[in-house]
This record gives sequence, structure tokens and C-alpha cells, in this order.
Amino acid sequence: MPEMVTRVTVEELPSASGDPITVLRFSGDITSASQPAVIGTYEGLPDHVKRILLDFSKVEYLNSSGIALVIQMMIAASKRGQTLHTFGLSPHFQKVFTMVGITKYTSLHPDEASACSAF
Amino acid sequence: MEKTMSSRDKATSSSIELRLPSRLGYEKVAMNTAASVARLMGFSDERVEDLKTAVAEACINAMEHGNKLDESLSVGVVLSMDANSLEVKVTDNGEGPQSSTGAPDIHKKMQEEEEARGMGMFLIQALVDEVEWVSSPPAGSYARMVIHLSQPAL
Repeated sequence: MPEMVTRVTVEELPSASGDPITVLRFSGDITSASQPAVIGTYEGLPDHVKRILLDFSKVEYLNSSGIALVIQMMIAASKRGQTLHTFGLSPHFQKVFTMVGITKYTSLHPDEASACSAF
Repeated sequence: MEKTMSSRDKATSSSIELRLPSRLGYEKVAMNTAASVARLMGFSDERVEDLKTAVAEACINAMEHGNKLDESLSVGVVLSMDANSLEVKVTDNGEGPQSSTGAPDIHKKMQEEEEARGMGMFLIQALVDEVEWVSSPPAGSYARMVIHLSQPAL
């Protein structure tokens, strides 16, 4: 059973409150095999990006190695002065992200609209 | 991958056994089997999701750290159920866990003083009702996890 491919699409949303919001929409599995897709896509974002939204609503499987990739993105975003918000996590993974402490560095939102309004 | 089902002495007790190759991705076979069994037993969706993560993490640990991703070695998974509980035992050929069950320190991770990875055992411990890791080289090691349909009285 090979792991499902991680897909990441990048979308830019205009924002009335300032800089546009860059959305990374993940689908499939996020595991240790997802490093090129997840970190590679993040690192390919232009330097002017300051607001990043992570969309997990189409993720089918996420494990601790995948969560570690999210933490790596958070570290890189912190160094680049970017603000990062998250939405689309299932209640279970909202709980897991809270247990791990990720919510101390990014906020989890129930949907895209509320996440966008948090910037 | 082999899959067997057997009845034990009690009519209410039975078990399912899986043998998985030590190849990342195959933990989902154990995860989905455990989820199916837990749903049949009447566990809530929340408990099923807890169990899925715990079983997946235990299998990943067994494949990566126990069997060093040697595909000639298999990871054994035994699900044993009775009227009130589901036990999942994950076996490998290694020497037992080397990492910690302590809560990850997100501040240290963000400061890169601690690896971003290394949360599996913490998650397992936090998500199931009982867990133990038993190291018994050279025979191998195992993680044993249990969830109860109703929480035992304290």
C-alpha cells in the first residue's frame, strides 16, 4: 500500500485588510514522504509573501512525521516574519495539534472565511 | 501480508492478527483494521480516531526504529477484543523504544533546540487508556495499547 501522493496547490487571495493571503491547499497524505511537496512548495513562495493560510480540509491521513513538517514550516515562517493560520483540520487533529503545542504558534480556524478574517 | 481471525475460549473474546512489511504506508492497513474493529465494538468516532493515530504511530515506530525499515522483517499486529475493551499489540524485532513519552516542547522545537519529529510515543500515550512498551531482545519488542468502552472507575 504505497502512501498517497501529497498534493499542494497555491492560491493567492486578495485581502481588504492589507497584503494578499497565500493559501497552501494540501490533499492526500502528509507523512515523512511529503517533505518535497510540503517544504518544497513553501520554500518556493516568493519573498514578499507575508500571510500564509494552510488548508487541511482535503487531507486524508496525517501522522507525526507530517505534523513535524508543519512545525518546520512554522519555524521557517517565523524566521521570514510571516503570519501563518490554519483551517480544515478534523476535530481529532485539532486536538492533536493542541496537545503537541502547535496552537501556541498558529491559530486553528473552523473554515476559510474565519481564518482569512484573523489576519 | 497475512490476516487471520481466531476465536478464543470465551465466546465474547476473539482476535485478529496481521503481519505487515516494514514499509512506511502499510501502517494504514493496521490503522484501518483497528478502526473497523473499534466501530463494530461500538466505540465513538472520537475514540476511533484516537485509536487510529495511536496504532499508526506504533506501527511506524516498529517499522522505523524496531525493524530499521528492513522489509525482510515484518511488524506483527494483534487485535484482541472482549466485551469492554480492545487491545492492540504491535511487535517488531528491535530492542524497544529509545525515545521518550514526554510531551514535546514546542518552544524548543521552534528554537530548533529539539528535533521537529519525535512525538509518536507521546501521542500514543495521550490517546489510549493503557499503554506499555516491552523490550525483550533478541526475541523482539512490543507496544501494547488498550482502549475501554467505558472508562474504569478510579
